[in-house]
Amino acid sequence: MDHFIQLVFSGLFVGSFYALVALGYSMVYGIIKLLNFAHGDLYMVGAFAGFTVLSAGAGVLGGGLLALLAVMLVAMAATGGLGVLLERVAYRPLRSAPRLSVLITAVGASFALEYGIAVAFGPNPEVYQMGVSDGTLNVLGARLTYAQLAMTAIAVVLMITLDTLVRRTRTGRAMRAISQDPKACLLMGVNVDRVISRTFFLGSALAGAAGVMAGVYYGKIDFLMGFVIGLKAFTAAVIGGIGNLRGAVLGAVVLGLLESFSVAYIGSEWRDVFAFGFLILFLTVRPTGLLGERVTERV
Amino acid sequence: MSKVLLDVRDMAVQFGGVRAVDGLTFRVHEGEVLSVIGPNGAGKTSAFNCITGFYKPSAGSVTFGGVRVTGRRPAVIAASGIARTFQNLRLFGDLTVLDNVRAGMHVRIRQNFLDAMLHTPRYWRGEDAATAEAHRWLDFVGMEHDRTAPIRNLPYGEQRRVEIARALAREPRMLLLDEPAAGLNHGEKARLLDLMRRIAGLGIAVVLIEHDMGLVMEVSERIVVLSHGKEIAEGTPAAVRSDPAVIEAYLGAEDEEAHVEAERIAAETGPGGTTEVQR
Amino acid sequence: MNDESTLRAGEEPLAYAGAVEERGPANVALGGRGVATPAASGRTTAGRALSGVLASRWLGPCVALAALALPYLNSSTYVIQIAVDALIFVMLAVGLNIVVGYCGLLDLGYAAFFAIGAYTSGLLSTRFGWPLLATIPVVVAAAVLGGLLIGGPTLRLRSDYLAIVTLGFGEIIRITANNLDVTGGPNGLYGIPGFGDFGLRSDIALYWVTAVVVCLAVLFAGRLGRGRLGRAWRFVREDEDAAEAMGIHTYKVKFAAYIAGAVFGGIAGVLFAAHQTAISPPSFNFLWSALILMAVVLGGMGSTPGVVTGALAISLLPELLRGAENWRYLIFGLLLIAVMIFRPQGLLPARTGEARRRGRRVRGGAS
Repeated sequence: MDHFIQLVFSGLFVGSFYALVALGYSMVYGIIKLLNFAHGDLYMVGAFAGFTVLSAGAGVLGGGLLALLAVMLVAMAATGGLGVLLERVAYRPLRSAPRLSVLITAVGASFALEYGIAVAFGPNPEVYQMGVSDGTLNVLGARLTYAQLAMTAIAVVLMITLDTLVRRTRTGRAMRAISQDPKACLLMGVNVDRVISRTFFLGSALAGAAGVMAGVYYGKIDFLMGFVIGLKAFTAAVIGGIGNLRGAVLGAVVLGLLESFSVAYIGSEWRDVFAFGFLILFLTVRPTGLLGERVTERV
Repeated sequence: MSKVLLDVRDMAVQFGGVRAVDGLTFRVHEGEVLSVIGPNGAGKTSAFNCITGFYKPSAGSVTFGGVRVTGRRPAVIAASGIARTFQNLRLFGDLTVLDNVRAGMHVRIRQNFLDAMLHTPRYWRGEDAATAEAHRWLDFVGMEHDRTAPIRNLPYGEQRRVEIARALAREPRMLLLDEPAAGLNHGEKARLLDLMRRIAGLGIAVVLIEHDMGLVMEVSERIVVLSHGKEIAEGTPAAVRSDPAVIEAYLGAEDEEAHVEAERIAAETGPGGTTEVQR
Repeated sequence: MNDESTLRAGEEPLAYAGAVEERGPANVALGGRGVATPAASGRTTAGRALSGVLASRWLGPCVALAALALPYLNSSTYVIQIAVDALIFVMLAVGLNIVVGYCGLLDLGYAAFFAIGAYTSGLLSTRFGWPLLATIPVVVAAAVLGGLLIGGPTLRLRSDYLAIVTLGFGEIIRITANNLDVTGGPNGLYGIPGFGDFGLRSDIALYWVTAVVVCLAVLFAGRLGRGRLGRAWRFVREDEDAAEAMGIHTYKVKFAAYIAGAVFGGIAGVLFAAHQTAISPPSFNFLWSALILMAVVLGGMGSTPGVVTGALAISLLPELLRGAENWRYLIFGLLLIAVMIFRPQGLLPARTGEARRRGRRVRGGAS
């Protein structure tokens, strides 16, 4: 029983990472129907941005939660800006191009980000110099570290903030409107370009936050760390129903739990195979996801 | 009257809360020219899409040549002998005129992948026959431009003609034309009228959605009038013209009509701009 | 290109400079001017000459002949080594071109089929002692099975789902090969036999087998693309709805493209296994899939001369720019974006017109 609860906790913890990345994936897909392959790499860039801030301000920042928050904010601003730039330079010129061209561009962007970082920081892993207190807590017989608790809390706060933003603000309303019908929005005087930029900013910033958290938690980062998590985030988004933000979070939690249990019972070396196999299975059985609506795109 | 070719009964389709087609029943006889008219939003194109399998009807049945085709795949329905054109031209823009017409012959060309890889005699026979036939259909519709060039460079009127040639190359028993006269000038409309008569002369039933009433009255043997997804009148051009229900439907919808008409014209001035089946 | 091939440092530098020069005129230069001057539109004389060369029916036989004659021009082990690598890469690019270029489906896990081919033939030959040639039917069957497994569910969905599912599939295959004992785990398989040496130097024998297979593959892929099925692929790429309205079962057609690509990839895998004699999971990572895609996109999707040139360029370039791996990939990534924005048809685009066939009736005649 203790073991079971431990697995649930670790699943939820991993799920909250996935959720932060999956949200951006889902937002961008929802609004311009683009699979942003570079999204996972924005997470990686976030980790490296955090790393840079940490190395630069090693003496000033010290450790602790406040320092983590500061580093995260800077990294979020950096990846958010990079996301906006990416959309402006690579995706916007192709908005009316065939879908294939845009997908290939996204692959190119992913490649450019990965190897851009490899050129800038070198191909070897970097070590994050930030210890968050390693105290532990016993909950229902399962062991939780403070670091896990703090990060899950930060992730939840970020998700709630995003949800409020999308549901309550003008920009959020415009985002939802554009995902329904971009042409009508243009006619109604919505500044579509600006809203898309903001969507990229928000989504990329969340990925950046997740990147910093991953760096702090795992202690090591490398330029290819975004590849698998990008795939996982997409899987989460599909499970929840791509384009649906709450669905993305739900899907991420489901995926986190599934992985946690599969690692325990099948073995960690099969974790990714299990996750991607599940993606293929899900697309076969219920391509619209748990919370997705049936689309009448084609019969 | 001759045999029933297409039998549509109580067909319905809805998108969200909107019933685009709402219990539509009508028949098409072999070799006849039938027009489907009605104010914009009456469900004409939706009905076409249901018949050809692009939408799955939520109720009712479609029978073609005695075989129930309701809800089948568009390709299966097309292969059974229904060809169509689209409201906004749907040609294969990067391919040549000839290739576009060859698409219509696809299901008839006998050739497997070994023939193609080894260039067997059967390959050459099939390809040569297809090319010759493509030329014949292009001659038939009167398409005079360079046939070996990519089609997106051709003038709009010529593209319309190629789309009809492509549909004819399917060798259909019934041809559905969705607003073929849209965007054509006066002379081109006259040629279209002539073309439709010659198509009917081949024994192919022609079902026409059209807003140009002059053309409709001229070419149709029968007219079906839709409004709000239902049939409100049916009969010869003369009978339909004087039907009070028809006049009511058009006048009642005048405001909406003006609005939608403007949109339609906007869509037509940029041919090929839209890439979705019109709902 | 891969770790083994770039590490023939013992060879004298002259041979490798010679290799580039040799292969330059042989295989690249015929289309090579287009790489420097993107003027294939035919506006300049050079451009017109180039498109004339590209459209010529003698281009293919000439390039094939040049490829077959290479050992007579330079038979150093180094040259043969990189030439085999380049040819295998050409085969992969031509196979992926069927899926991406003809049919417009983005496959990001193409290396999976390459791996399936290499591992199937490697397993059968090392564990069960089959001759390599005999493994080919099994490889084809395995590749088709893989294609069915992934294509079956995803080809019904929006095309962009295929991209990411294939990406996942590539990882599944690689990780599985890494985890299983029968595939040798992270160490992989070694001691894979060749096709036999026919009384020649063994690497030259393998070179000729590879050259013949690859030339046939290029020929067949091109012919397939011009036939009935190839037309259907392009109809689907251009407009799925219109294709359906013409009676073309778009799902089956996409399936055929995906499976054809899988078979090409699988056979390329057999050649790779024979060439390397040892295979291991890292040889089949995403980088490979991405590089093959780049060859197709940069060369020109749907254009056989373009894709072959693209593949030769991408596989031979590393020989010129050694040690700057990361820079190279960064540039590839940026180039991919730039090409999609400024020249989506690629550097040597597919011909959009239609040549009147010589000596054959074009007009008239009964149908």
